Amino acid sequence: MQALWHQIFSGIATGGIYASVALALVMIYQATHHVNFAQGEMATFSTYIALALIEAGFPYWLAFLATIIVSFAIGVIIERVLMRPMAEAPVLASVGVFIGLLLIFNSVTGWIFSYSVKAFPSPFPETSQFLGGWASPHEVGATLVTLVVLVLVYGFFRFTKLGLAMRAAAYNPVSSRLVGIRVGWMLALGWGLAAAIGAIAGMMVAPIVFLDPSMMSGILLYAFAGALLGGIDNPLGAVIGGFAVGVIENLAGAYVVGPELKLTLALVIIIAVLIFKPAGIFGRVIVSRV
Amino acid sequence: MKYLLWAAVLATLGLARAEAGDMPGVSATEIKIGQTMPYSGPASAYGADGRAEVAYFKMINDQGGINGRKINLMSVDDGYSPPKTVEQTRMLVEQEGVSFMFNGLGTPTQTAVQKYLNMKKVPQLFVATGADKWGDYQHFPWTIGYQPSYRVEGQIYAKYVLKTKPDAKVAIIYQNDDFGKDYFNGVKDIFGDKYAKMVAKDISYEVTDPTTDQQVVTLQASGADTLMIFATPKFAAQIIRKVYDINWHPQEFLTNVSISVGAVLKPAGVEKAVGIITGGYIKDSTDPAWANDQGMKDWLAFMDKYMPGADKTDGNYTYGYAVAMTLAHVLKECGNDLSRENIMKQATNIHALEIPVFINGITVNTSPTNFHPLRQLQLARWNGKTWERFGDIIEGNGS
Repeated sequence: MQALWHQIFSGIATGGIYASVALALVMIYQATHHVNFAQGEMATFSTYIALALIEAGFPYWLAFLATIIVSFAIGVIIERVLMRPMAEAPVLASVGVFIGLLLIFNSVTGWIFSYSVKAFPSPFPETSQFLGGWASPHEVGATLVTLVVLVLVYGFFRFTKLGLAMRAAAYNPVSSRLVGIRVGWMLALGWGLAAAIGAIAGMMVAPIVFLDPSMMSGILLYAFAGALLGGIDNPLGAVIGGFAVGVIENLAGAYVVGPELKLTLALVIIIAVLIFKPAGIFGRVIVSRV
Repeated sequence: MKYLLWAAVLATLGLARAEAGDMPGVSATEIKIGQTMPYSGPASAYGADGRAEVAYFKMINDQGGINGRKINLMSVDDGYSPPKTVEQTRMLVEQEGVSFMFNGLGTPTQTAVQKYLNMKKVPQLFVATGADKWGDYQHFPWTIGYQPSYRVEGQIYAKYVLKTKPDAKVAIIYQNDDFGKDYFNGVKDIFGDKYAKMVAKDISYEVTDPTTDQQVVTLQASGADTLMIFATPKFAAQIIRKVYDINWHPQEFLTNVSISVGAVLKPAGVEKAVGIITGGYIKDSTDPAWANDQGMKDWLAFMDKYMPGADKTDGNYTYGYAVAMTLAHVLKECGNDLSRENIMKQATNIHALEIPVFINGITVNTSPTNFHPLRQLQLARWNGKTWERFGDIIEGNGS
């Protein structure tokens, strides 16, 4: 019985990682209606920037803030320089750019910062006797940070005019332009915010899984699954989906199918959900008139 | 009689000619040798190995070469990418016409050219990978490994457990690929029938798994008091930390692949790793025990003269020096017959060759039915600051 609870707690802790990355996916999807495959690699790059700042002597939270701002700027620049010319191109062309970005970020990160595994500091206290070892203080802290980001994202889209304008720009660019929304800048803003959220996720994930240029490649897969499960247009759904994938994965690995097939089982459950609720458990079904 | 004599003379001449013609890559003054190395890409840290070897043969050439011939080691970059290894290896064999390939690095990369080289009957000497399969002399008579294989290492840990704690309850975590399974098979070799009794739980993880927490929690629940960790550096660090954090205190064994202080123990927390046992065969330049060791002094002198500025704490330089020294021995033994057949013959007839940078007592041994040159290790325990060697040298099973 104790082992079962231990697996569930450990699954929630891992799920927190997926949830934070899933939030970044929701952000970019809400703003552009694309899923950015390079999201994970961009977040990893940001995390290296944070590490460089910390090693240069910046206090943690100052480095944290600076990294978010720099990442935001990188996101905006990528949209302006790379995605802007693709605005009228078919979706497949954008996918090509995303995959190109993924490879470029991965190689550049390795080239600048080396491929060796590095430890990343945690802002939370380091005691191993916390909660009887069921979850580390950092895992609890990172989960709280994810929840704070969730509240901010939710509030931003729900209660601010800018958030509303961004949703409108993604949903119907032509009408938005007609009512005076600067659609181009809304997309750039969406990219910037997604990159910033990704940076936060990277900085929260790195102390748990350690930092290397491919840190996010596995995580992005699970985060994507979590976002789809909960609903990719719903921040709360994506976070719950992320936690759910973490717990399902652990229980399946420990008791049902063993560690080799745990990802497969998690994906099967997701497919099953999507067959019956294509928009995800918490997603809204959007009906557009043709 | 006269005709017979002529025939004999002609035959001898013919043979002699055939012999000279059958020494590709070899001239009166030079031996051309090929090599692929990951000088770029994700495994570029291992490029140090190739650089040390090129430098070693520069030293040999400065001393006059081997049997009057200079060594020309053409070491090229494959970026640890198998398709590139194929391209570069073909270039070296077909355009440059090298005599043989030496110490190419990486299991996936060398696997990609193994069939090609064996088909062409080009020796693939002393590949720089720990996979066990390089000792398969029946199917690949032109390929030979070098370092103690992962399987041999697994055997040695299992032997130690059987000897010191025969009633241990063992837990094993391994990467679900050839690397992890080699270790797993090594442990099985030794436990044999007792496997079911000795091993409380074995579990694998995938390289795509973000964390291995689920596996560690499951292993703890098995009630094991001994844990064997056959994981690559990132996962090894995660496992060591998690084991400590959940208040589990088994006797841990850690693959030699993941003993880096900088890449594994520091990220995991050096105090969380205290007591972990691993095995090694190369003298570590940071170990004060070797301060007055002649072998290490010679190595340091070599580093100062031929690799100025290189990081002397990087064991890859010591490794490269050792393999190059082994090759120099093989080429010396070949004498003037540098045909591919004879090079392979000499490489598979090494008896108790001492390499001064190997822990004393560990020797290189090969035979036509043993393509595993190194099969011994000495164990070492992490004390929070360094790896402390202890106990006798332990030998693994044969191939």
